[in-house]
Amino acid sequence: MNRPAPPSRDITDDELHALVDGQLAPDRRSAVEEALAHDPAMAAKVAAWHTQRDALRRLHGELLHDPVPAPLTSALDRHLPRQARRSSWMRWGGMAAGVLVAFAAGWLGNAQWSASRSPAAVLAKAPAMREFVHDASIAHVVYAPEKRHPVEVAASEQQHLVQWLSKRLDRPLKVPDLSTLGYTLVGGRLLPGETGARAQFMFEDAVGERVTLYIGTLDARAAGSPPDALKETAFRFASEGPVPSFYWVDQGFGYAVAGKLPRDVLLKLATLAYRDLS
Amino acid sequence: MDARLLVDHIPSLRRYARALTGNAWAADDLVQDTLERACSKWRLWVVGSDLRAWLFTVMHNIFASQVRRTPPPHAVVPLDDATHELHGGIDPGSDQGTGLDLQRCLLQLPEEQRAVLLLVTLEDMSYAEVAKVLGIPAGTVMSRLSRARVRLQELLDGATAPHRPGLRRLK
Repeated sequence: MNRPAPPSRDITDDELHALVDGQLAPDRRSAVEEALAHDPAMAAKVAAWHTQRDALRRLHGELLHDPVPAPLTSALDRHLPRQARRSSWMRWGGMAAGVLVAFAAGWLGNAQWSASRSPAAVLAKAPAMREFVHDASIAHVVYAPEKRHPVEVAASEQQHLVQWLSKRLDRPLKVPDLSTLGYTLVGGRLLPGETGARAQFMFEDAVGERVTLYIGTLDARAAGSPPDALKETAFRFASEGPVPSFYWVDQGFGYAVAGKLPRDVLLKLATLAYRDLS
Repeated sequence: MDARLLVDHIPSLRRYARALTGNAWAADDLVQDTLERACSKWRLWVVGSDLRAWLFTVMHNIFASQVRRTPPPHAVVPLDDATHELHGGIDPGSDQGTGLDLQRCLLQLPEEQRAVLLLVTLEDMSYAEVAKVLGIPAGTVMSRLSRARVRLQELLDGATAPHRPGLRRLK
């Protein structure tokens, strides 16, 4: 190497970080870039940090676009009207609350589910509900890929299926009709849950894409939640399981519609199921 | 105050909390606690000052006190590993897989290094802002950032290399 000694000795690690983060003072930029051109080891380090930074910036990027869960907006809703009054613009307080309700309703996708958001806030922390939604997601990934035995009782015996599962869950069940969205019943199965029997209905579209409806009792007392926390809730989206789901609680009974589908498609299916079941 | 000001920051608070805790439920609980604290301490925010920096400061204080109360930070790891395996089973080689590796490696960094790295990269905060949010000197921001990057790189290189326990090098 006959080149003059690289000027990289003057360059500090802090400056390399600043370069990667776009925070380097403009007058140092050319000196640092010059040093990098002559120092492959340093250039490799900076390149690795760049790659790492880009990867980090993509991490959980979907959360920037996903709708905000209702319990988070209702946290604001509970506090802000009071704050607004205190800061003496009472007239606007009501309006801010109204805007917030409209916001929350919009996020929920449908205003009809915006009722009783306070229990939903409790629900976010209710272990029973987490577990229920997680179970629904797991049950989906376990059975949905099955070619030969996706269900215990096939759709051809729908009447028997419904009677059997209703008896085991101790509650009259109904199979929602999702055919307007192109999904027909494959069948159903009985599954064990933390608080007793659970049922899974499986549906399939023309290309074989499957979606499941998972149903079961939620025991509010066992979950350590206030007695009425799990009676009825807003419609909510869960993305932390292996497949996403929309879920809701109606009269102490939990429902989760799970599938490896885009959020809007899943919402439509869940909406249809909800309407058909209630 | 105007609720919409706060609402605008919720998505980035959620993403930061998610990367910081590695757990969707814990993250949203943290965001919820942050919003509630922010609402009750609203008058501490100086109108016209940087709302984002203030909210992240509030979140940092809550997170730091939670970490102090619950020492075993690895309690969340087994769950994430389980999720990771399931994801891998369904969709091997997808971008999701590397995201989970990255998240897993991030969780192995000490909290204080993770926080600095995430505020700088995810939130694009200036080093001075990070120092203010975390209540530490500027020099500490740089040393934590440096250690976080070097360590994360080692962890990532280890995570993507084929797993051959017999060949593991001992220091």
